[in-house]
Amino acid sequence: MKLELRGITKKFGALVANDHINLTVEAGEIHALLGENGAGKSTLMNVLYGLYRAEEGEILLDDVVQHFAGPGDAMAAGIGMVHQHFMLIPVFTVAENVMLGHEDTRSGGRLDLVAARKRVREISERFGFDVDPDALVEDLPVGVQQRVEIIKAVSRDAKVLVFDEPTAVLTPQETDELMVIMRQLKEAGTSIVFITHKLREVRAVADRITVIRLGAVVGEASPTASNVELATMMVGRAVDLTVDKDPAVPGDAALSVRNLSVLNARGQVLVNNVSFDVHNGEILAIAGVQGNGQTELTEALMGLQPRVSGEITLDGKSLRGHSVRQVLEAGVGFVPEDRNEDGLVGEFTIAENLMLDRSNDKPFVKMWNVQRALLAKFAVDKVKEFDVRSQGIDTPVGRLSGGNQQKVVLARELSRELRLFVAAQPTRGLDVGSIEFVHERIVATRDAGTPVIVISTELDEVAALADRVMVMYRGRIVGIVPGDTPRAVLGLMMAGEAPAGEGAAA
Amino acid sequence: MSTVAPVVQPATTPAPNGGDFEFVKSWKVTIALTIFTVLGFILLVAFGRDGVSTMRLSTSRDLIQLPDLELPTRVTGIVISVLLLLITGVSAWLVRAKTKAPIWLIAVYAVLLLVGFLAWAAADKSIPVPGLLFGSLSLAVPLIFGALGGVISERAGVVNIAIEGQLLAGAFTSALVASLTNQPLLGLVAAMLAGTLVSMVLASFSIKYFVDQVIVGVVLNVLVIGMTGFLYSQVMAPNAVLLNQPPRFERINIPLLSEIPIIGPVFFRQTLIVYIMYVAVAVVYYGIFHTKWGLRLRSVGEHPQAADTVGINVAATRFWNVSIAGAVVGLGGAYFTLGSVGAFGKEMTAGAGFIALAAVIFGRWDPIRATLAALLFGFASNLQNVLSIIGSPVPSEFMLMLPYLVTIFAVAGLVGQSRGPAASGKPYIKS
Repeated sequence: MKLELRGITKKFGALVANDHINLTVEAGEIHALLGENGAGKSTLMNVLYGLYRAEEGEILLDDVVQHFAGPGDAMAAGIGMVHQHFMLIPVFTVAENVMLGHEDTRSGGRLDLVAARKRVREISERFGFDVDPDALVEDLPVGVQQRVEIIKAVSRDAKVLVFDEPTAVLTPQETDELMVIMRQLKEAGTSIVFITHKLREVRAVADRITVIRLGAVVGEASPTASNVELATMMVGRAVDLTVDKDPAVPGDAALSVRNLSVLNARGQVLVNNVSFDVHNGEILAIAGVQGNGQTELTEALMGLQPRVSGEITLDGKSLRGHSVRQVLEAGVGFVPEDRNEDGLVGEFTIAENLMLDRSNDKPFVKMWNVQRALLAKFAVDKVKEFDVRSQGIDTPVGRLSGGNQQKVVLARELSRELRLFVAAQPTRGLDVGSIEFVHERIVATRDAGTPVIVISTELDEVAALADRVMVMYRGRIVGIVPGDTPRAVLGLMMAGEAPAGEGAAA
Repeated sequence: MSTVAPVVQPATTPAPNGGDFEFVKSWKVTIALTIFTVLGFILLVAFGRDGVSTMRLSTSRDLIQLPDLELPTRVTGIVISVLLLLITGVSAWLVRAKTKAPIWLIAVYAVLLLVGFLAWAAADKSIPVPGLLFGSLSLAVPLIFGALGGVISERAGVVNIAIEGQLLAGAFTSALVASLTNQPLLGLVAAMLAGTLVSMVLASFSIKYFVDQVIVGVVLNVLVIGMTGFLYSQVMAPNAVLLNQPPRFERINIPLLSEIPIIGPVFFRQTLIVYIMYVAVAVVYYGIFHTKWGLRLRSVGEHPQAADTVGINVAATRFWNVSIAGAVVGLGGAYFTLGSVGAFGKEMTAGAGFIALAAVIFGRWDPIRATLAALLFGFASNLQNVLSIIGSPVPSEFMLMLPYLVTIFAVAGLVGQSRGPAASGKPYIKS
């Protein structure tokens, strides 16, 4: 089926998320939609899927104008979508999720689960998936959940299938498998829209590429274009894809973790007996697919996890079993992975957020009083130093862009005397300019002799920053390898395969 | 002392974020059992009473007459205390051996403790067991309807704090309509409509205007209490003969079933409303877990956005299901006036709606479990009635606390962390 979008314009208040976007996807082609985070790709696809109503423009399928009142209409017309955040109900089984919305029933209104299971098995077989129709979705690994999303779309005979940032949660191997599935779908005649900001994937699979920047189409590119060409189009200026850094000069081991385990309330072992050291003046990157214990490990370091066993020492002093405040006072700086949830108070001003973890004592609090004048001066300095773009230090942080919010978090954490710096997913959801800035600051912190831990699911980021890479899989350390380890090896490690030869032991 | 205490079982399959399971030793159950065992020893042995406790198992109208059960009070107390101690020991041993105490063991414990307490309280007196159970069911009927309405509403994603208001509106309207028309059935229909109406206000404000559901619910309760109270004292009470003398439903004895010893008189010599309740529990259970209606209902309560993306109209699904929930609760309200009391009284529901809400949570949003929880609360209330009638040595003020104590223990102590519908209480705001 041929899909055509003509002059789509979507506004959120004053913000123009899509500005007269034209896009044509021919039947049986994989059309990549490339753009930075916040460029308007997902908005465009939500318009196509009937979740948003566009102010202007029309959608054509095989040259017939469509009017979608909601996702139901879009689906009926043959549009399917694999969402970035899976649209699956965790407590339902695979079969229930697949049948939801177009249920078959038998006598007495009873759900026809037999037919639903059969359908799941048929489609699974066609694509070579191994999906149990009776498994609860919440028990499935994310890679399998994504396949359930694909089965859902295929079971509704989708002729146009949209993949919204599908590789964000996958290991490199799973990503390759997804590419195979996409080609399979294409051969079956399905048109595919592939939304991403990862250049490598686009070049591997796309037939045509449309680049979007700031809500508008900036041009088409061919898959043979180089990374630098694509990145330049995407960002609008020449970008340096590598981080300049000198070789690390590691000193003594500063942080030492021994036999650390973290359990959740149900007794599930989330971090399983891990041991490692971080030296002064080095960056240890913790790589792994989301949900393999990295989050819990960092939270355990910060004193945010209740069920921790093992030992954590910083400069010879134990950190385990201490309150978050004590950990902070020991000189640990922390950039949490979800800045809106854990890093900032959106309603507070930039200045207030800059003193959030120093609200107990001098210099900002004297005799239970916040020293406003001192704080204002400090905030003005930091906003300048960290290039936070805002209308002033009294702007609520919630109104800033993701990149500027992250700069506020960095400014707060890096303005203390640090003995350890932990940055979890420091560039998630940021634009290229902010990513460059954040990476520079992290390297500068290392060069000042501070031990740094960077947790990232993005291999590009790991490769750019790491002096050593520690890969986690299912709560365990697969191995600790040098920073220049090839991507393919890291990819295998992220799937749980220990590297051959050197550096395997922790 | 619950017979339906749910135990959260760890899933056997590894969850996505990997790792194995390790047994988290939980001494909660053992500690609770120890406390009750000590209390049991103090009551049954240290303060043991002499005499013979009689349990009457049949009523005079039964075809099959069972002999009375005569228990020597002191010996019974000692035997039961020893059994309680044994079970406590077993549970401690199980925790050490890294397994969980099975649910039936706790149930046996609860029953033993109860029998021991009854025998102790009824020294040289007799307890009519069918009467005790019959009264329990009667008191539980409005709670069960309320809990069913709560389950439907919360499964659809709207917290139904307004159960109390829906019960009261149902009670008032059914009394009024049944008195005017002299038709109890019309009263029943009117009660459903009244409940639905209250629900629709809750649904409109919380679904369409995104007002905080708890606040709307509380306000509705206050509104209904005020309105029915006003109408009762200004209109209904002065014309009681015309407006507040509804005909009551007759008891219907179901042939054969009503002659089963103990069970028969309790379950099958009831009014139409109670039989409707049996059907309602079954229908709601079947509907929620086995039909298209239920699948969609649960989907909008768990993950409304996912439901939206497969073409389900979240707002409409929520609205109509909350309305249905109100109709079900309304039936419970009608039971007050057409089933048990026989006339409307000011604030006659007396917090039943909140106990029903507790039953929803205690029953972990499952219609059958919620029904069992409501029965437990009904039993606790009636135990207090029966013991004060036969004259127990426990002060009646203390016994009056019993249903609420059971509620607090049940919800706080034994449920622990239970997981409700993920999106319950959260409005779905489309951008």
